[in-house]
Amino acid sequence: MWAEIAVSAAKVAVIAGTVLTLVAVMEWVERRGAAFIQDRLGPNRVGPLGLFQPIVDAVKLLFKEDLTPANVNRGLYLLAPMISVSVALLTFIVIPFGAGKDVTVFGVPLGGIEVAPDLGVGVLFLLAIGSLGVYGIVLAGWSSNNKYSLLGGLRSSAQLISYELSMTLAVLGVLLATGSLRLDAVVARQGGQFWLGVIPQWNVVPQILGCIVFVVAVFAETNRLPFDLAEAETELVAGYHVEYSSMKFAAFLMSEYMNMVTASALVVTLFFGGWTFPGMGGFSGWPLLTLSLVAFGIKLAFFLWLFVWVRWSLPRFRYDQLMRLGWKGLLPLATLNLVWVGVAMAMGWIR
Amino acid sequence: MGTAVFYLVAVVGVVSALAAISHKNPVVNVLSLVVTLFCIAVSYALLGAEFLAAAQILVYAGAILVLFLFVVMLLGAPEEPPAGERRPFQRVAGLALAGIAAAGSIAVLAGIRAAAPAGAVRGTAEALGRLLVGPYLFAFEFISVLLLAALVGALMLVKRKH
Repeated sequence: MWAEIAVSAAKVAVIAGTVLTLVAVMEWVERRGAAFIQDRLGPNRVGPLGLFQPIVDAVKLLFKEDLTPANVNRGLYLLAPMISVSVALLTFIVIPFGAGKDVTVFGVPLGGIEVAPDLGVGVLFLLAIGSLGVYGIVLAGWSSNNKYSLLGGLRSSAQLISYELSMTLAVLGVLLATGSLRLDAVVARQGGQFWLGVIPQWNVVPQILGCIVFVVAVFAETNRLPFDLAEAETELVAGYHVEYSSMKFAAFLMSEYMNMVTASALVVTLFFGGWTFPGMGGFSGWPLLTLSLVAFGIKLAFFLWLFVWVRWSLPRFRYDQLMRLGWKGLLPLATLNLVWVGVAMAMGWIR
Repeated sequence: MGTAVFYLVAVVGVVSALAAISHKNPVVNVLSLVVTLFCIAVSYALLGAEFLAAAQILVYAGAILVLFLFVVMLLGAPEEPPAGERRPFQRVAGLALAGIAAAGSIAVLAGIRAAAPAGAVRGTAEALGRLLVGPYLFAFEFISVLLLAALVGALMLVKRKH
């Protein structure tokens, strides 16, 4: 029993550690990527290629004065960043990062690189916990007792509710094709088989519409440009986190980047075959585990870069455009995708 | 382990339910309700109804109460309730109704026979789905039509004023 607990704890530590490291790396990628896109150099002084910049930034934020403005609602003001970070950390536990069903560590089966492989509701858990993330932003906006913060929080709550619907409908198409809520099963269904001998049977091929809707909705859910109306600098100073400083501010930043990693991992898992890769039939055990992690990492890196790429390429939507896109654009498309998957499955076009 | 979690969730759920009706700040009221619903979801999960637990969080805590919060924040409800009671008979009527409700609940609760949990039916998504599109298909579809009617009705009521 103790060995099992130890293996589980190690798995949690490794996955959480990797994700938190990715947050730091993404900060560097964001700043250097922005500079690259805008044809300048970006932070390149600290360490090779400026790679130690996130460490310096973190130290700076830690040592800054932790200011709590007068007239804020203290309890909720403190609670808001905690909610944001905990929600962002909780969503990871159902994502399968790699193979390893057949691997044992000290005689204990590993059960895949996934914190909770036996959770039957799988992706529903992720959606449910993820839907709680809005409270962090809304409470931050309200408790700050600042009209810009409040406007940011209000915008964010309306936006998240609008886009959650399309996102869930897009996920529904994948679940319909899989016949299970577990992300393990979603990955397993996409691996190892090919159309015409070359195209891997990833969900993105029959459900390209669902994939597009999901990616767009996920951008809105993570509050990233072109949907970052909750913190639109030109109108709201910094939106919901105007009144936050030091590590409390960093907590919001961290949760945004963690949500970005989750979102990218989810896009990869649902539509791009997860950790599967062509030619994986010839491997098993530790080699398969290692290669699957590499495959997942490459796919994940692409979508993380997509987040940065889009942020520095597209201008921000106006609020009415955002709402129109969500309700009149994405929702019908997501429904269409669902109908298409249903029809295609009934006719036997997709298995 | 399960028992310990149950007691923790029960205590937190009841306390936050009390806070939801008694705290002066409307935002805190809504948040307490979120905590209560979360606790209910955890007790569903403890009973093996994992789909219901996820749906409870997704629908109530994640969507409906966000709208509550939205409205409370938009209207900027005052923290203090208005002073003085304009209709003193309300208190008497409320107490009488609460007494009736309590008597009814006690009568129902006393009549419940504790039985062994049904082992065959699990609250997984698959089991629930088979029930919904099998024996309860009519009720399931009927409820969706009912919700649609409520939506259209609400729209009509709003439209009439303009």
